[in-house]
Amino acid sequence: MTEIGRARLRTEDTRLVTGRTRWTDNLTPAGTLHVAYLRSPHAHARIDNVDVEAAKDRPNVVAVLSGKDFAEEQGALPCAWQVTEDMKLPAHPPMAVDEVRYAGEPVACVVARDRYSAVDALEDIDVDYTPLPPVVDMERAVQDGADLVHSDMGTNASYTWVFEQGDLDAAMRDAPVLLERRFVQQRLIPTAMEPRAVLCEPDGSGPNMDFTLYSATQIPHILRLMLAVVTEIPEHRIRVIAPDVGGGFGSKLQVYGEEVLALLLARRLGRPVKWTESRSEGNMAVHHGRDQIQKVTLAADRDGLVKGLKVELLADMGAYLMLVTPGVPLLGAFMFPGIYKMDAYSFTCTGVFTNKTPTDAYRGAGRPEATFAIERLMDDLADELGVDPLEVRRRNWIRHEEFPYESIAGLTYDTGNYEAATEKALALFEYDKLRAEQSDRRDRRDPVQLGIGVSTYTEMCGLAPSRVLGSLSYGAGGWEHASVRVLPSGKVEVVTGSSAHGQGHETAWAQIASDRLGVPFEDVKVLHGDTAVSPKGMDTYGSRSLAVGGVALFRACDKVVEKARAIAAHLLEASEDDLEFGGGRFSVRGVEAAGLTIQEITQAAFAAHDLPDGVEPSLDSDVTHDPENFSFPHGTHLCAVEVDTETGFTRIRKYVAVDDVGTVVNPMIVEGQVHGGLAQGIAQALYEEAVYDADGNLTTTTMADYLLPSAADLPSFTTDRTETPAAGNPLGVKGVGEAGTIASTPAVVNAIVDALRPFGVRDVPMPCTPERVWTALREGGAL
Amino acid sequence: MPRIRVEVDGETFEDDVEPRVLLVHYLRERLGKVGTPVGCDTTNCGACTVLLDGLSVKSCSVLAVQADGRSVTTVEGLSLDGTGDHPLQQAFHRTHALQCGYCTPGMIMASLDLLRDNPDPSEQEVRNGLEGNLCRCTGYQNIVRAVRSAATEMRGREVTS
Repeated sequence: MTEIGRARLRTEDTRLVTGRTRWTDNLTPAGTLHVAYLRSPHAHARIDNVDVEAAKDRPNVVAVLSGKDFAEEQGALPCAWQVTEDMKLPAHPPMAVDEVRYAGEPVACVVARDRYSAVDALEDIDVDYTPLPPVVDMERAVQDGADLVHSDMGTNASYTWVFEQGDLDAAMRDAPVLLERRFVQQRLIPTAMEPRAVLCEPDGSGPNMDFTLYSATQIPHILRLMLAVVTEIPEHRIRVIAPDVGGGFGSKLQVYGEEVLALLLARRLGRPVKWTESRSEGNMAVHHGRDQIQKVTLAADRDGLVKGLKVELLADMGAYLMLVTPGVPLLGAFMFPGIYKMDAYSFTCTGVFTNKTPTDAYRGAGRPEATFAIERLMDDLADELGVDPLEVRRRNWIRHEEFPYESIAGLTYDTGNYEAATEKALALFEYDKLRAEQSDRRDRRDPVQLGIGVSTYTEMCGLAPSRVLGSLSYGAGGWEHASVRVLPSGKVEVVTGSSAHGQGHETAWAQIASDRLGVPFEDVKVLHGDTAVSPKGMDTYGSRSLAVGGVALFRACDKVVEKARAIAAHLLEASEDDLEFGGGRFSVRGVEAAGLTIQEITQAAFAAHDLPDGVEPSLDSDVTHDPENFSFPHGTHLCAVEVDTETGFTRIRKYVAVDDVGTVVNPMIVEGQVHGGLAQGIAQALYEEAVYDADGNLTTTTMADYLLPSAADLPSFTTDRTETPAAGNPLGVKGVGEAGTIASTPAVVNAIVDALRPFGVRDVPMPCTPERVWTALREGGAL
Repeated sequence: MPRIRVEVDGETFEDDVEPRVLLVHYLRERLGKVGTPVGCDTTNCGACTVLLDGLSVKSCSVLAVQADGRSVTTVEGLSLDGTGDHPLQQAFHRTHALQCGYCTPGMIMASLDLLRDNPDPSEQEVRNGLEGNLCRCTGYQNIVRAVRSAATEMRGREVTS
């Protein structure tokens, strides 16, 4: 049986279900010191003085340090995405020195012999602050005379980025249908279950000191380079290990101040130092996601054909630009047109500083925001014309025979079949039956109304072709590395630059290698997440692992097979062209008995007694793969909700997701990714919001205040797939990690609005809590 | 400093502990039982769930001194009877009920208590029963499957034993 497409149970589960895990916080080398941070209670304040003397006298305390103590060595946290030449990029010290700009920013730390003593001593640090006016409202922040987050910059606008294609004025002029909407993408807290943790072990002394830094990170390779740049510690003296990492969702795609400071403290103290955050400090200090105000205008004719789309965004950067903060909304710039054809498109985004936790990538990163806007608009367009929401989409979407298709935003969608995914979804959903029930409930004036929401999405992922990243002024490439080593015994080691944190690479990569090399699945070991083991990598985010890293592995396997073919031909005294490879064995065409297995060949390559001229000993290969294009998963999601018009409570009655993620390596893992993605997208629609008060205090600092859905809050999903292989890679795969999140938020909100249209409701702001639904109903005027 | 005597996963420990030390920190930092992780500081996430005298507790909301004279079972103690992994551990693996795996020890321990109360729960009963355990990866669907699948398995074992 071929391994590609097989629902292999995961090899990584063994340690995870038994508790034999390697979370960063599990590691405590002898002599480890523990760090605790004092964080700013103010959104914006000048630091007048930090007195650490009393804290130093507390028991078990080894050191107490404030920002001034690090000022000479801490550098500034990196932003890798200079989106415009004149982008305002404020210095971002790992520990605040003169001024704090968001509540939760570190201002001092205690290093102690145990965790409790470190936290205790924080109480004795005395900080004098002079409060400054906090900037908490994005729209007011960009008005003249607004208070400033960074006074030296003279503005709260970091950048304005523009993309225009086609004649938008012509498309808008005299358009019979013009829909103008304002949507708010609320701020979210990514909330990976494992809080951040970092342990840094120094080795040696003076300029010869080496460092091993363990971190709960998605990006060990990028982190290593950035730590070297920020601290000027030579890159080759830093080894970064991401051991078991408990989820990321973008929040661990970051270079955090606490990581830099762990390195500096280990250098200063010459001992291992460890810091593990509490959830309530994490909610303030892990980067947040989303937070956009979207002004969108869609022009169409009376047949429902879309003519043009104008998008004006304000995107909240928070107080500083972190690793890819300014670029996140721009990933959405290319996705607002969705799967639809149109003549003209314009996108303008202004990144705005506020005195809040910095934003950055969160599952979907820019694409959920864009997909939400266009899918909400398409439902409104259908309502405006009095046609079915799927019918208006059909009239506008790219038909399957039109691929490859260059979108109005300049992307080349390689393949897709929106018709097939939609047909499958409709059948699973029993669309007509639910529409009939909806109509019946409306007629009966049932207090519980039924709504049906549609989301036909695509998204760009598999980040990314390096030349495209270059054209967007991103600071690095988008390639991935893989190496394959067939060991002398015939067992196989695969090394990947992708860094798994729950996705199941150890299983799926072994499936690819097993399939390509014809060796047993059990004979393959996948190594990752350690810069000393995996020499090159661009890590895991943007649904890139399989579409870029998996393809690198695919190619590395083929390279091994080609080397093995040369050796086999030599040993079998046959021409390479006469050799067939299948099931892990080369055989001479027509002479079935004459053959060599890959295990026999690796022995010969190891001994190297009789290799063809020019062939190096050992059977292994390396590939660094740069993708030609993004991958474009797509699909049709249908959601039915029951909304209680008396209480405003929404219950998801049915959720059908049909996704096309191309060729599937492991359908079990793919389905799991979709489930989790749906849960996070639904959570944005119904439950989650990071809330700040007027003074810039985060009021959702704990899981008691920030509503992560539990099993009791979510439905069972019906998922299925169509499989249109991607044309841009030899595996035919597309990314899947973010698709569910991107598609589901608009499906749910569309369903709620659909339920409430007879009551005059046209929108409900997210999250659509009972109170907000209830309020929208009262304001609808038809109750 | 009070001295406590606690049985953890079948082994007896005697230690002097500060009265304020949380059970989860005692398990992780004193005993090296790092299989039980910590996911929050407000008892919402349930990642640290263990059994205390057979009943599930969030070990971040129990003091180590409260475990004096009592028996604690963590996820590490589930498969120590020589018969391999516990049916719940097997079911979580078999139904892909974990991705990053951070919530898994707590999910398994909470499920064990749930099945003790209700050996044949419906889907909704599992969902309600695990309300105090949060997962960010799976959307819960396969966790519900795992618990019901293990329930079937465990009922079968009781009949045969």
